[in-house]
Amino acid sequence: MPAVASSDYVVIGGGIVGAAVSYGLARAGEKVLLLDEGDIAFRAARGNFGNVWVQGKGGTSPAYADLTRRAANDWADFARELEERTGQDLHFRRPGAFYICFSSEELQRRAETMARIDKSATVASPFEVLDRPELAKRLPEIGQDVAGATFCPSDGTANPLHLLRALISGTILLGGRYLPRQAALGLRADGQGVAIDTQAGIVNAGKVVLAAGLGNEKLAPQLGMSAPVRPVRGQIMVTEKIRPFLHFGTNFIRQTLEGGCLFGESSEDAGMDDATTLPVLKETARRAITAFPLLRNARVVRAWGALRIMTRDGVPVYQQSRSCPGAFVLSVHSGVTLAPFHCGAIVEALRAGVLDAGTFEPFSPERFHVQAA
Amino acid sequence: MFRLLEATGRPMTAIKVDGRTVQAEIGANLASVLLRAGFQPFRTTPVSGEPRMPYCMMGVCFECLATIDGITNCQTCLETVREGMVIERQLGASPIKPAGEGAP
Amino acid sequence: MNGGSVDLAVIGVGPAGMSAAITARKHGLSVAIFDEQNSPGGQIYRNITGLGSDRLASILGEDYLAGRPLADAFADSGAIYRAGTTVWRIGEGGVSWISAADSGETAALHVLVATGAMERPFPVKGWTLPGVMTAGAAQILLKTDQTVVDDAVFVGCGPLLYLLAYQYLQAGVRIRALIDTTDKSSHIAALPSLPAALLKPSYLRKGMKMLSAIRRSETPIHRGVTEVDFSGTDRLQAVRWRDRVGEHSIECDHAFVHHGVIPNVNVTMATRCTHRWDEAQTCWRPETDAFGRTSLDWLTVAGDGGGIGGAKSAALSGEIAALGIAYDLGRIDRSAFDRASGRLLSKRRRDLAVRPFLDRLYRPAPRFRAPVDDEVVVCRCEEVRREQLAKAVQEGCPGPNQLKSFTRAGMGPCQGRMCGHTVVETIAQLSGRSPQDVGYYRIRMPIKPVTVGEIAGLTASQGEPS
Repeated sequence: MPAVASSDYVVIGGGIVGAAVSYGLARAGEKVLLLDEGDIAFRAARGNFGNVWVQGKGGTSPAYADLTRRAANDWADFARELEERTGQDLHFRRPGAFYICFSSEELQRRAETMARIDKSATVASPFEVLDRPELAKRLPEIGQDVAGATFCPSDGTANPLHLLRALISGTILLGGRYLPRQAALGLRADGQGVAIDTQAGIVNAGKVVLAAGLGNEKLAPQLGMSAPVRPVRGQIMVTEKIRPFLHFGTNFIRQTLEGGCLFGESSEDAGMDDATTLPVLKETARRAITAFPLLRNARVVRAWGALRIMTRDGVPVYQQSRSCPGAFVLSVHSGVTLAPFHCGAIVEALRAGVLDAGTFEPFSPERFHVQAA
Repeated sequence: MFRLLEATGRPMTAIKVDGRTVQAEIGANLASVLLRAGFQPFRTTPVSGEPRMPYCMMGVCFECLATIDGITNCQTCLETVREGMVIERQLGASPIKPAGEGAP
Repeated sequence: MNGGSVDLAVIGVGPAGMSAAITARKHGLSVAIFDEQNSPGGQIYRNITGLGSDRLASILGEDYLAGRPLADAFADSGAIYRAGTTVWRIGEGGVSWISAADSGETAALHVLVATGAMERPFPVKGWTLPGVMTAGAAQILLKTDQTVVDDAVFVGCGPLLYLLAYQYLQAGVRIRALIDTTDKSSHIAALPSLPAALLKPSYLRKGMKMLSAIRRSETPIHRGVTEVDFSGTDRLQAVRWRDRVGEHSIECDHAFVHHGVIPNVNVTMATRCTHRWDEAQTCWRPETDAFGRTSLDWLTVAGDGGGIGGAKSAALSGEIAALGIAYDLGRIDRSAFDRASGRLLSKRRRDLAVRPFLDRLYRPAPRFRAPVDDEVVVCRCEEVRREQLAKAVQEGCPGPNQLKSFTRAGMGPCQGRMCGHTVVETIAQLSGRSPQDVGYYRIRMPIKPVTVGEIAGLTASQGEPS
């Protein structure tokens, strides 16, 4: 096969994670090539809420709690810089978000979890526990059957589609290259770097970053790494534009700045099937109406299934290959929240050529082997 | 202005169109009645506030939307005139009404 | 389940759906048939059972009145007919639907989609202005309520545009002008298809009769038109066009536009059955065999939704499809199937003989399918202009779905119906790829917008969900 392209850095995967790394590399003056699949891809970037979400994250990993909190705190600066460069409004807002609970038991459990995480984390992120009367003061449209909510002012929202587009535009503006419809079919260490087989031919990389989402699982072992990820399907619906009524984030309903309401909270193991199913859509619709009864009369324009990229513990996996030190793998399901980290600290580590143990050890896939032993 | 080719002799009823009383044939296509009644524009868009009117008359373009009996974003080209119907013009994104209100 | 269980669920009560239901019932299948309209006929025979006026009947003509015996036979067929009902979900095993009074799910062994055609988008400057509507829309107004408007300008090309003009003239309604965009080169390009078309001369004869009646009238006709746009503040005030001589314009309040019809593919696309780009008709169509069988074993397509053939072919393909379904479900044996279908297939072949000639003659010029002017609104719902599409394509956007994400084109309530083909042809034109390679939007459930409450399965009488 002919060599069709080469670059100091090749990032595999044109979702939010890959595009953030590419953007960061291009911004640091590196020569980067972003390889992407075609138009029909399992693209979590196109199926998510755009929450910049802190609360409740890191229950099993204080390092992840801190990572998330730092990234959320960095989001405003990150957004400003990217917006100025690309002219793309990311619709970033940080009004805080509610985690809606449907029973007092659920609310109590939630409050305990939040308190536990807060104790173990080193970066502060205050939260409040609100009973129904207090919640109704802040969210007048909340339903009668909601028991309460936790509220965290660190949470925010952004438009994930604008974010993805801005990261790709920004990469191109900074001299990076974007090659869509070039799925990576195979990888091998090749002298100092990595050779990547694509449909068009071989792409040569000095360093390679795997950010192919669920595709990482097959690609990572080819370079002596592992990406223990599985697809978790979420089914989401979006309504027509309606007059703004929900100015905060919540755990499963969000009104975008364009006016549509997104909602969905299902988690299913459905393999690689990203279809929607009637029972889940019905239940999702019922829950949405229970939370906000006025949604009953809102019209749904689209429903879709998206496959989340889930590691066993929900914590990201960042790994450098031992056998091929120029190869890295990033397996993350919170690409929006962690975007500032992916185009900042990750990029610095890539350029240094090493994921330093201090920052990255908690995110090594080795942790799964330890647990298994 | 749209007009009838000839009187149809169908039974009439009074409907409310944007606060105004309009005589309409029971069972007539609602968009057709609104066009003849000079209802203009049917709505303005939620994106830029542009005025819009029916384009396809067969349920695919979603330009002829109006609020019917309190229910927003109804395709008037798929509705027929019923007694006592109340039609309101939608300006921009429609406010949704709390559950129960405006249900038929 | 509220909605019962049948052998065959049919979506659409036009010529294809009605004749499929009649044939399926004849062979003992239980049939439920759904349609958004309140009476049968589809768009072509719209209001065929409610037409009160003899004068209107004579204006609409014998081709329209041919729908009457079909509608009568359909009424006697014993199919469960749900009028005024929107199917919002379709899948293996059945359909979910809502109507003003009711909602439910109907289980079915097999599903037949007969959702017909829609008019091709007419993406030029000002096509969103109040006062601009399709010729099909104007004809529906005439059929349903005898609603007409004087002094409209007719713009575009194709049989439906001339038919409407002819009907308007018969009705004594004044036409301001006919601005004909038929591509000059098409007359020559269509010639090789003429001999085949002459095998079914009745269509050509009718066409000639209409065209000469329009010519004989006092209607000004402008031919060789290569560019059109509409202008006005808050509503249509003028149409401007360009021909070989130069630029012209006339003031008007109403314009009827038409550039032919294309399959209404949203329902079939939502099932994810295989579709192909049809270069002769410049549109997407589901890939089917002669019996309308798709790549999904539970799904068949009949009528113009499977490729444009007109009302007679649609009715024949409904019969053919129903025979195929009856055979596949084991309700008729091989010899009965072969006997009945052989006759119908050759009848349809003869009826379709004229199609390649018409397709070529009235193929809209490329700039009417993929606009070149940056200001043209491509997605009417989200008001996305050609310029925004071009910029995203320039940045490497790989296809219509990423484009939808990046520009919101196709995200509005029409669910991509009004922009899908334009977006695909625009990407194809800008990137030098074929529409087949570019692909189409992934169409999602619900097939038409329904409320959250309706998806939750709540009917109007039910209270809050618990």
